[in-house]
Amino acid sequence: MAKFVLRRALISLLILCLAVSLLFGMIHLVPGDPASVMLGPRATPALKAELAQRMGLDQPLAVQLGRFVAGAARGDLGVDPFSGRKVSDIVLEQFPYTLVLVLAAIGGASLLGIPLGCFAAIRRGSWLDRLTAVLSVAFIAIPSFVVALYLLLWLGVKWRWFPAIGAGETGNMADQAYHLVLPAISLGLGWVGYIARLVRASMLEVLEENHIRTARAFGLPERTIIVNYALRIALLPTVTILGLGVGSMLTGALFAEIVFSRPGIGKLLYEAVLNRNYPIVMGAVLVTTGFFVLSTLASDVVNASLDPRLRTERGR
Amino acid sequence: MSVSPPPGTVLRVTAALKRDPLGMAGFVLVGLILLATVCAPWLAPHDPLEVDVTNRLSGPSAQHWLGTDQLGRDMLSRVLFGGQVALKVSLIAISTSMAIGIALGMIAGFGPRWLDRALLVSFDTVRSFPTIMFALAIVALIGPSLNTVIGVIIVTSIPVYARVVRTQTQALRERDFILAERAMGASTFRILRDHVFPNIAPPLFILASMDVPAVIGMEAGLSFLGLGVSPPTPSWGSILNDGYSYLRNSPWPIIAGGLPLIAVTLGFTFFGEALRDIFDPRLRRKDA
Repeated sequence: MAKFVLRRALISLLILCLAVSLLFGMIHLVPGDPASVMLGPRATPALKAELAQRMGLDQPLAVQLGRFVAGAARGDLGVDPFSGRKVSDIVLEQFPYTLVLVLAAIGGASLLGIPLGCFAAIRRGSWLDRLTAVLSVAFIAIPSFVVALYLLLWLGVKWRWFPAIGAGETGNMADQAYHLVLPAISLGLGWVGYIARLVRASMLEVLEENHIRTARAFGLPERTIIVNYALRIALLPTVTILGLGVGSMLTGALFAEIVFSRPGIGKLLYEAVLNRNYPIVMGAVLVTTGFFVLSTLASDVVNASLDPRLRTERGR
Repeated sequence: MSVSPPPGTVLRVTAALKRDPLGMAGFVLVGLILLATVCAPWLAPHDPLEVDVTNRLSGPSAQHWLGTDQLGRDMLSRVLFGGQVALKVSLIAISTSMAIGIALGMIAGFGPRWLDRALLVSFDTVRSFPTIMFALAIVALIGPSLNTVIGVIIVTSIPVYARVVRTQTQALRERDFILAERAMGASTFRILRDHVFPNIAPPLFILASMDVPAVIGMEAGLSFLGLGVSPPTPSWGSILNDGYSYLRNSPWPIIAGGLPLIAVTLGFTFFGEALRDIFDPRLRRKDA
């Protein structure tokens, strides 16, 4: 088991390093050096040289990459050339907003999806089962930003049930939760169906098993059998798959943050891309990739500890 | 090496679709959208780029069935022509990533073990990277264009096909007819081309049809962020972007831009699921 965790951790680290080096290499291979791109066409050579020096762009590529990696390992991601603030501060300031959004979406989707999937499995073939099947596929398919736009249009702007912009007043929990509703729905809607499908599939499998038959033979109430004996086991694979879904969650969060003008890492990255603010782009990509790689690693490890077969299969 | 469908395929599909109303609905929806998109130049009531400033952000009328946008351009015409962008991107992106994925997958499945491992790690790396971050980073560097979008989609879709091809190639690799070929001295290339490929191809088309909604969604998403087609070319995503900017003035651009996206993703998904149930019931058991 320790060997497995170590191998997965090494692969995760490798992925992270590859991603950073790739991005770093590309920034410098593209025609037009970052300094002149950032300063625009009217910048004087002296100004460019000064900015290039401030950003460390006058050093050879390998030195720059080395510096960045060494800095990143110490938690130092460089300085934002526009505001002069530390990139790590800016990124860490925005990250909690995204985290809260993702957690709210996963939480809401589980609250709805788990009972739905459970009922669908118990009443297999009923209208509820068929409706769940159709709706899950439908909600998974529709792009989340379209859902976000329609929610914004009707619930935010037309009927004004929920706020359409921002994350709410800082320090005011109720206001922040109120602002969280629409973005979380747009992000979580597709997951309701997905979770329902997963829970249904694993419930059906578990309900066939011997210990459930035994529990029935002992005459335990059906509710106890379902909740205590079946659902508990059926939930495990679902939980681990949620960990693997963080990547697409981050993608969805970016759209939700932009549509609802909500602060967060996605919006930060998007704006940095538009301004060609490379240090912020690097920092934001590094932190999200790191977060993503970690959650994948965590779910891999949880999965493997539950199912020993996964530990031996090569490379997964 | 031609991959012709087994005899009776068309009959089987029509018979199965008759029993599956949702799959049938998806098929009809996909057919209608494809037809409307291909015939856009003849169906569109107006030039999608024709500006009419006296008639900005109007609601549906006899003249403009879906209203007009912030420049007074006809929404229906823009939506019809926007479909061409979506169609073009999905055709190019899916066929290219499928071709590369097949090649890499067969190499991984048939080649030496170190190569297989190296390819697997690279597939996982690409697959695990949050797509949008990758896309944004690339666009930040190369600049927005439809080709960038297509490139990003190709790179991120290759592992989808390559992984399936690899697994299937590995399963075939030890089969008797492959061993016989090898005993007769056939080259690896010949074995892969004439014997492995025809055997693994059919399920890939189901995979491709299920990949269409994801690809169209991605193109629309990137265009919505202003990273795809450049204005004034209409794409469903850029229509939504325009609509978002003028949301408080008129809801119609968003409604008109979102509906075809919803229709096309639902249509392809239901049709793809029906196809999968018909041709590959094994896939079904796994995730449904």
